[in-house]
Amino acid sequence: MDNKNYVKQILYFILYLSIQVIFIKNVVLFGRGFCFLYIVFLLLLPLEIGPLALMLIGFLTGFIVDVFYDSLGMHAAACVLIMFLRPHLMNVLTPRGGYEQVPVPTLKLMGLEWFSTYTFILVFIHSMALFYIEAGGFNRFFFTFSKVISSSILTFILIIILQYLFYMPKRRI
Amino acid sequence: MQSLFLFLHKYRAFFIFVLLEVGCMWLIISNNQYQSATFFNSSNRIAGSILNTKSGITDYFSLKQANENLATENARLREEVMKQREIIDRLPRNVALNLILGQFDYSEAKVINNSIRNLNNYITVNKGWADGIEPGMGVIGQSGLVGIVKSSSKHFSTIISLLHTDIYVSSLLKRTGDLSSTKWAGDNPEEANLMFVPRHVDVKEGDTVITSGYNSIFGQGTMIGTVNNVSIKENATFYDIKVALSTDFSSLSYVYIVKNNLKVEKDSLEIATNRIQ
Repeated sequence: MDNKNYVKQILYFILYLSIQVIFIKNVVLFGRGFCFLYIVFLLLLPLEIGPLALMLIGFLTGFIVDVFYDSLGMHAAACVLIMFLRPHLMNVLTPRGGYEQVPVPTLKLMGLEWFSTYTFILVFIHSMALFYIEAGGFNRFFFTFSKVISSSILTFILIIILQYLFYMPKRRI
Repeated sequence: MQSLFLFLHKYRAFFIFVLLEVGCMWLIISNNQYQSATFFNSSNRIAGSILNTKSGITDYFSLKQANENLATENARLREEVMKQREIIDRLPRNVALNLILGQFDYSEAKVINNSIRNLNNYITVNKGWADGIEPGMGVIGQSGLVGIVKSSSKHFSTIISLLHTDIYVSSLLKRTGDLSSTKWAGDNPEEANLMFVPRHVDVKEGDTVITSGYNSIFGQGTMIGTVNNVSIKENATFYDIKVALSTDFSSLSYVYIVKNNLKVEKDSLEIATNRIQ
């Protein structure tokens, strides 16, 4: 990864985190659906980053979000978890050609089917970890589960829309 | 020994994962201790100033409503002042002096960050220890109780909202005078549960719930809400009571932080009493 790429990733980091904590922190649909758009930054980290660095980046991202949400450690724990699982999930989902020509797992490069499987699984695990840690156990199982389901669907849809908006090639007329 | 290192090296990703997760758990646990003063929350300088700038912009969108609320409150307070003045004029001089000296000081603060949909909600305001705000002080809004100060930096403070699943507020049923506890259930930001009201008490829908003043954080008589729904199970000792909260947490703009000037005196007296026993 050259210097240009580092700068690009740092800019994405600042951009996604500020959007999360300034604009969509209080976006909650029906009291259940939370939007955690910032994990798209974690999902789109370049493939060449090793597992240790992935987890450390996940921890840092989650930690900063936690500072603004006053939920110290919860987002960090969920982010470290999905960053730990990301390389394993990628192994399971390996496409026919492997990841040879893929610097970054975007929708454009990987196709809708692969990208939505990848995104939905990680988003779902993230929400699941986050809300059950927040609830402090399983004693409010169904209420928490409804939050998990609606939040992961909302976040997933937003991520897909963002991908179509910003990462697709311009159509030629 | 070498094989141990090889083992550690082979599974290093997993060990780092466990280490980081344990670190997170430690953060969660140490942050959840009631009123622990931590640096890493929304009242630290950087997060505070970002949130302050944000609220400086977004406040324009709710100016009208904030203005209306403040004007209504102003009118109500004026009326109350007139009433109080009449009462004080009629009292003997030394009693009146005591009343005016006042046990409680109020300082106003602007809400710069607020959440209502999490299980544990916090509010950030733009006053800190430079303005005399300390952890443990009570916070009230225009129409009732809001929360308790958790920690404060120089210019910002984090407040534990009443919408927090670990907070119990000592409260009274105004009409019958029975002691009880208010606790938020975790889902509806307009409703809380009133707990430990025994079976023999005659509770009716519409009864007013106020703070008891026993915990010396809020004065007695701060409004909490009105009883919304009363039910009791066949063999239960206590009622299941829902209280409609009088504070609208979704549109908080200004809050008042309550300083109890006699808190130290009261607490030390109570500790001394306990020691004698």
